[in-house]
Amino acid sequence: MYAFNYHRPSSLDDAAKKAAEADDGKLLAGGMSLLPSMKLRLSAPSDLVDLAAVDGLKGISVSGKTVTIGAMTRHVEVQTSAEVQKAIPALAALAGGIGDPSVRNRGTIGGSLAHSDPSACYPSAVLGLGATVETNKRKIAGDDFFVGLFETALEPDEIIKAVHFPVPDAAGYEKFPQPASGFAMVGAFVSCTGKDVRVAITGAKDHVFRVPEMEKALAANFSADAIASIALPADDMMSDIHCSAEYRAHLVTVIAKRAVAKAAG
Amino acid sequence: MSTKVTMTVNGKQVSAEVEPRTLLVQYLRDHIGLTGTHVGCDTSQCGCCNVHLNGEAIKSCTILAVQAEGADVTTIEGLAAADGELHPMQKAFWEHHGLQCGFCTPGMVMVGCDIARRKPDADEKAIRHELEGNICRCTGYEHIVEAIHDGIRAMNRR
Repeated sequence: MYAFNYHRPSSLDDAAKKAAEADDGKLLAGGMSLLPSMKLRLSAPSDLVDLAAVDGLKGISVSGKTVTIGAMTRHVEVQTSAEVQKAIPALAALAGGIGDPSVRNRGTIGGSLAHSDPSACYPSAVLGLGATVETNKRKIAGDDFFVGLFETALEPDEIIKAVHFPVPDAAGYEKFPQPASGFAMVGAFVSCTGKDVRVAITGAKDHVFRVPEMEKALAANFSADAIASIALPADDMMSDIHCSAEYRAHLVTVIAKRAVAKAAG
Repeated sequence: MSTKVTMTVNGKQVSAEVEPRTLLVQYLRDHIGLTGTHVGCDTSQCGCCNVHLNGEAIKSCTILAVQAEGADVTTIEGLAAADGELHPMQKAFWEHHGLQCGFCTPGMVMVGCDIARRKPDADEKAIRHELEGNICRCTGYEHIVEAIHDGIRAMNRR
């Protein structure tokens, strides 16, 4: 990778300051996406601001009907948290399916969301549960967070502090993993709370999106059969060596049905 | 721009002047001289680089040495006892012939120990799942899984 200046601030304000002062700085969380990208020279920040020493960004807490996860909480911690397993088991299962055990010992939810890989799992949970992303500046609704390819609503010196997940009545996550990387070729996070249904798809387009047609059908009948005949057009779906856009479109329905079955059963 | 990075490796404090972009695996291999940790890919997928950082298995090719400042690192060289007696997981790999060329083996052994820590009752199916981050081109994994299964049981008995 190309050379850079390394900073290890011990406060959030200092981290924001260092990020703002850099020519082309990046925040470093677990590094499981950023460092591989830098090793391949796909990114070359002038400065890395390591968040490891900043207090107050880790931890999981459940209060009433909200699960709050600190931005620097690692995937293994969400996966093995008794509290998350009880409140939103689909979220713990999602975290447990990211990468591999060694990657889960380092990767973080904040890093995943800020990086916003089109095939990442966590964005579908944020959109699929209607979570709120709390930063050092404001709270951003999940529906407004994911904007484009590797693009979020975050400003350059904005740092995720925590993610607040509302506890649903039921939820399910399913992905068709790319066999080597484990990334979601297509992933679906489905939840229902009362009559409110959310269906969030990752891996198919350049960022996560909801499927209003499926949400409407499921609100009337929360079962896999209810969405079996809903097919999305392949036009704006991704095509790559792993999967054509047409196959992705086909997978969306298959995977969404499986996610519904998980949530319902 | 080099910076001094100090950490504990296999129980001993070590230091080296490295650039921030130096990966932990490079620090261990090129600066500290511990070449048992291997570099097998460009994509953080193969797992040959696994070491223990503060007791947990991590991919040393996907972390900067500076991030490990002050940390407690164990490499494959740090498993055997001071008198040379093999760690139970190493013994199991020997007894079950859990390797051919040996390139993936340090990573397999370090992850095997991590599985023992997190899932001491892992069965064959669970072990195969836990090895998703480790690739072997030689063996077809059969003896690796048997070795890890046996190594976990031996570690439980300690």
